[in-house]
Amino acid sequence: MTSEIRGEWPLYEVFVRGKRGLNHVHVGSLHAPDDQLALRHARDVYTRRNEGVSIWVVRSSAITASSPDEKDPLFAPSGDKVYRHPTFYDIPADVPHM
Amino acid sequence: MPVVAEPEQESEAQLEARFEAVINRKDRVEPRDWMPDAYRRTLVRQVAQHAHSEIIGMQPEGAWIGRAPSLRRKAILLAKVQDEAGHGLYLYSAAETLGVSRQELTEMLISGRQKYSSIFNYPTLSYADVGTIGWLVDGAAICNQVPLCRTSFGPYGRAMIRICKEESFHQRQGYELLMTMMRGTDEQRAMVQESVDRFWWPSLMMFGPPDDESPNTARSMAWGVKTHTNDELRQRFVDMTVPQAKALGVTLPDPELVWNEERGAHDFGQPDWDEFWDVVKGNGPCNAQRVAHRKKAWDDGAWVREAALAFAAGDGSDTSSDTSSDTSDGPRTA
Repeated sequence: MTSEIRGEWPLYEVFVRGKRGLNHVHVGSLHAPDDQLALRHARDVYTRRNEGVSIWVVRSSAITASSPDEKDPLFAPSGDKVYRHPTFYDIPADVPHM
Repeated sequence: MPVVAEPEQESEAQLEARFEAVINRKDRVEPRDWMPDAYRRTLVRQVAQHAHSEIIGMQPEGAWIGRAPSLRRKAILLAKVQDEAGHGLYLYSAAETLGVSRQELTEMLISGRQKYSSIFNYPTLSYADVGTIGWLVDGAAICNQVPLCRTSFGPYGRAMIRICKEESFHQRQGYELLMTMMRGTDEQRAMVQESVDRFWWPSLMMFGPPDDESPNTARSMAWGVKTHTNDELRQRFVDMTVPQAKALGVTLPDPELVWNEERGAHDFGQPDWDEFWDVVKGNGPCNAQRVAHRKKAWDDGAWVREAALAFAAGDGSDTSSDTSSDTSDGPRTA
């Protein structure tokens, strides 16, 4: 689809770390001819007001995503494992620090 | 043995029901979800039109960058016009998640198959217009855009959140510019009033035709794409703007504008809807100029886009000779 359009720069997804200690978060996408220019463009488009201390760019075509149609089967294995949550276990109220 | 079971083939009706359920929960629709074709088409049209408006919107104000009255005003205006470019890019990025390419969208704009907000087909005749656009045009845009932060299509809503954060600077710089002029000479005050007179009605038109002439509104609201009708937002804008005009010391050019105690809102006159439709059809003062300018920028930039691609795909022979001279330790002559 997109990549087949003649002469169009490839699409990159942009992730910005807002400040040290936080995860990089997806903020959007942009087109750039190569990785270095993708970084430059990401700086200009997504961090004009000091929104970040670090940027990741990755070719959109390099991302493998789960399909929303598979949602139920893909996540089913964790659906019935309530014992993974601490609240599954009854501890008497008078037991401290638990 | 497959870890993930083969997804069952769902019928159109099941898919539609699941989509409706997402909408009814006021949850967000994401790009890879199934969605009705009409929903996708509506969003492509709306998001693209919104993106085009940001890009075309650079022109009326951009025309004044070289004639800004001070370095401070120039820096502000440059930053603002850069933001409009950024907003256009956020929105094109959101539109692309619906399966259209950016290039297609640009071509639709310059061939006139997709529209942009009619407000940008009016000329900017004085520097006061920079202030009026910030105050009224961006003010109206904010009224439209704040509810869109909760629109049902995820990428569009997220782009709107980003845009709204930045838009407040636009409105405030405009209002401050006008306040400065109002503290100036009689001539400057007259410039502000003249500018407000020209932009008031086109600003009201920005919310689109009256509800009874806006056939798509009901469906867009059912889908959660729009959350308020055109007339609701227009009313909200008028109510917000009247006290700002008073504080500024300008008159809004509407003899019917009056506070209605019973409604707790202002009554106001209707814009000239014939003019609105005429401008939408391409007959506004600047339609041809705006599109021609965009087309020229697109055509003139073609070699840059091609050269950057060729460089990225290049065999490296040019690059290596560049690199060796760049890393040379020898002294450079000026």
